[in-house]
Amino acid sequence: MNEGQCVALFHSTSLALRGEKLCRAEGIPVKLIPVPRRLSSDCGVCLRFAGAFEERVRALFNERALEFEDIVCL
Amino acid sequence: MIYLDNAATSFPKPARVVDAMTEFAREIGANPGRSGHRLSVEAGRTIYDAREALASLFKIRDPLRVIFTANATVGLNQALLGLLSAGDRVVTSGMEHNSVMRPLRFLEASGIRVATVPCSSQGLLDPDELRRTLSERTAMVVVNHGSNVNGCIQPVRALGAAAREAGALFLVDAAQTAGCVEIDMAEDNIDLLAFTGHKALYGPQGTGGLVLGGRVPVERMRPIVFGGTGSRSEYETQPDFLPDRYESGTPNTVGIAGLLEGVRFILETGVTAIRRREDALADVLTEGLAEVNGLRIFSGSGGSRLPTVSFTGDTLPPDEIGLRLDEEFGVLCRVGLHCSPAAHNTLGSFPDGTVRLSAGLFTTEEEIRAAIDAVRVIVSEGGAR
Repeated sequence: MNEGQCVALFHSTSLALRGEKLCRAEGIPVKLIPVPRRLSSDCGVCLRFAGAFEERVRALFNERALEFEDIVCL
Repeated sequence: MIYLDNAATSFPKPARVVDAMTEFAREIGANPGRSGHRLSVEAGRTIYDAREALASLFKIRDPLRVIFTANATVGLNQALLGLLSAGDRVVTSGMEHNSVMRPLRFLEASGIRVATVPCSSQGLLDPDELRRTLSERTAMVVVNHGSNVNGCIQPVRALGAAAREAGALFLVDAAQTAGCVEIDMAEDNIDLLAFTGHKALYGPQGTGGLVLGGRVPVERMRPIVFGGTGSRSEYETQPDFLPDRYESGTPNTVGIAGLLEGVRFILETGVTAIRRREDALADVLTEGLAEVNGLRIFSGSGGSRLPTVSFTGDTLPPDEIGLRLDEEFGVLCRVGLHCSPAAHNTLGSFPDGTVRLSAGLFTTEEEIRAAIDAVRVIVSEGGAR
């Protein structure tokens, strides 16, 4: 299991905000942060969460058809 | 002062709407979706919450299909100019506002065929009449849900069913009805819904939008404005995803903060309760005016009308009645053609227009009675003054 931090990258802030809502509704602690410089992304914010939630977040986004660009674990 | 011009814009707004805008301007104020700092995120969240509230109000699942525009007019233009192409046929009613008729007349010049279905003398579009017009292949049907002239409410569900049977997209102008008449986009067969924020949604002027139902071919709907979206900044081409595809440039975030609070107010109050109240006000207004001698009244039929009623006097022109209502009685209304020559033609009040009294949720029966008394005094004095 990944013990570090992961970020989900989105094409737009609207999608990132939707991701934040979906995660919070499932009790997954997340935080919107500016996209780390070394990661390429389309928009200014991404969603950070603990690596332990990586699979749950990925499954949740797929299940709810939330389009995301990538999930990168640091 | 008695404000009876709610069909132009609702006034007063709930105090919480003004408070929400003040709070946004004081505490948040940043540009949504442009930067990654906390205030920008908070501004983005305000807009996202507004999309969610509107999605809930119009009963659609995906809040990202709520596109914000400056007003209903821009939403209607986006739908019409974005979807119609040369050779297409579009069908509309005889009760439309110029926010629909002017873009349609513009499109006519570029090879789009416009057919208008006549309405009854009360302004109603008969679904069977519409169905007959749709025997010819039609790309879109566009209908004004609630008249800004006589307040009649169209049977959109049946009209939408007719459009759907014919394979046409159904665009509804909900400028007068969003927030005060129940709208369920799926149940009502509505594909595109243009709304304004500043009327029955109790937001400020400069807010509105277009809601896209599931059948709208987004890949075919051309944006009418292109520019910065805060997304895909490395590309010089417009993003293809929603809502960014149709939302270029910095939005009216402070206004949308107010709109969000207005929609929350509606969701808490309940559209059904609002409709019941406004229906009662429509009765008081219409029945009261009917008791005044020397008036010709233009209203929808009981149970399916907004509290928006027009009238003309036998002896005085509308502008003179309007001026005297304002100056002598403090009754604020709107006279003339209400940007709707087509509707006035249908109702038989073109080109002189009418005096329009439009109540809102916060209007009292006493105010309506006082306004009607003022009308009675003015028309009974006739041209004597």
